[in-house]
Amino acid sequence: MIGYVVLDYSDIALAALLLVVNGALSIRLKLGLERQLLIASVRMVVQLFMVGLVLKALFAIVSPWLTGLVVLVMVSFAGYEVYARQDRHLSGIWSWGLGAVSIALAAVFVTAVALGSAIQPDPWYHPQYAIPLLGMLLGNTLTGVALGLERLFSAVVRERVAIEARLLLGATSREALHNCIVEAMRAGMIPIINAMAATGLVALPGMMTGQILAGVEPIEAVKYQLLVMFLIAGGTAMGLGFAVLGGAHLLSDGRHRLRLDRLRSR
Amino acid sequence: MALEIKQLQSAAQDVRLGPIDLTIEAGQCVCLSAPSGSGKTLLLRAIVDLDVAHGTCTLDGVARTAMPASRWRRKVVYVPAEPGWWAQTAAEHFIAPDVSRSTARNLGLESEVLERSVDILSTGERLRLALVRALELDPAVLLLDEPTGPLDEDATRLVEAELQRRLAGGLALILVSHDKSQIERLGARVYTLRDGCLVGLEQCGGLS
Repeated sequence: MIGYVVLDYSDIALAALLLVVNGALSIRLKLGLERQLLIASVRMVVQLFMVGLVLKALFAIVSPWLTGLVVLVMVSFAGYEVYARQDRHLSGIWSWGLGAVSIALAAVFVTAVALGSAIQPDPWYHPQYAIPLLGMLLGNTLTGVALGLERLFSAVVRERVAIEARLLLGATSREALHNCIVEAMRAGMIPIINAMAATGLVALPGMMTGQILAGVEPIEAVKYQLLVMFLIAGGTAMGLGFAVLGGAHLLSDGRHRLRLDRLRSR
Repeated sequence: MALEIKQLQSAAQDVRLGPIDLTIEAGQCVCLSAPSGSGKTLLLRAIVDLDVAHGTCTLDGVARTAMPASRWRRKVVYVPAEPGWWAQTAAEHFIAPDVSRSTARNLGLESEVLERSVDILSTGERLRLALVRALELDPAVLLLDEPTGPLDEDATRLVEAELQRRLAGGLALILVSHDKSQIERLGARVYTLRDGCLVGLEQCGGLS
């Protein structure tokens, strides 16, 4: 560690003053943004402090059960978030279940890999490592899975006639849906591929910036960031694969039919 | 015996189709002639197992449930009125473009048509190419939904001549058509659909 500047609340208040300037400008120029700005910033302050308090309590107790409970809550929110971002979704339990299961499997698996190999905290379920890692993986996998499913469903609806044309010539449902599956996988992977390509040149990742500000040696921060990016890319690909292939499976049946009747529009 | 359909009935609740019984032998032609919205397309989709339906369909005594749906659809081939395309050029939609070029010529399509982009083909060209694509599979039963609807007189005759050759070779044909003289030329048994059920009309003369 090089050094760690402890922030006073007055330092944060000073930064918050910038928002007051924004609010004043909004009122002066009649942008109508002051209300949303106020609500969003108050929400951010309250939510972050609440998370801070929860994490502080978790770190103090270090209970596998309590950590597990928090994991479950986080995974449920992630599943709901995927559902909320879809214009179309499957009928029945898979409407949110497909996204939730895909994200949960991928994020939990990749977190376990990280905890078991690179980080090795003691005990392995120590919330100081498990919770932030899982949170970061859930958030990023969620973006990929939501984009991938959205694209899969819209492509299948758009390409219905072409898909059925292939089925009518004796293709299996997997063959007939191949173009849509490829399109959906690409759509889901592009954000993380772009993020990897642009990292360092265009933007310094938030986590790395945070570590450097907190006094960590830059090369150490880079190593952590690389680990995290690889974990995120691996987790996204895995969750996306589950979700898109699962979605394609659920949109067809054993007799190689296209089952758009299982898709609901919002 | 070629295709035998027994008690075929749509499983969808908002669709009224069936129960339908129909037997068609090799080399025979059956024509469905019914107003739009009466369920002709749904019946053809049900026969190729593209929509969920109750009842049995057998080909030469073998039930369709005894084989994967993909194999059934290569023996019992359905060409919709507006066929779909999934690749850029026409040729990419064929398993053996060279063999199909000669079939295409029989239908009045020059072989360059296959090299063109599907987007710039006319409706009539696309419909004939879809027929060529289906014949490529050498089906036992062919289901055609208005195969000559958008075609001119000459092209229609070429399509009919090809169908007659295939009928003579043992193909069983079910087609949707409203053209009385076409039905006559193909020597088809004529049926209509009333309240989702198949009703036989007198051969050729029953249309009014």
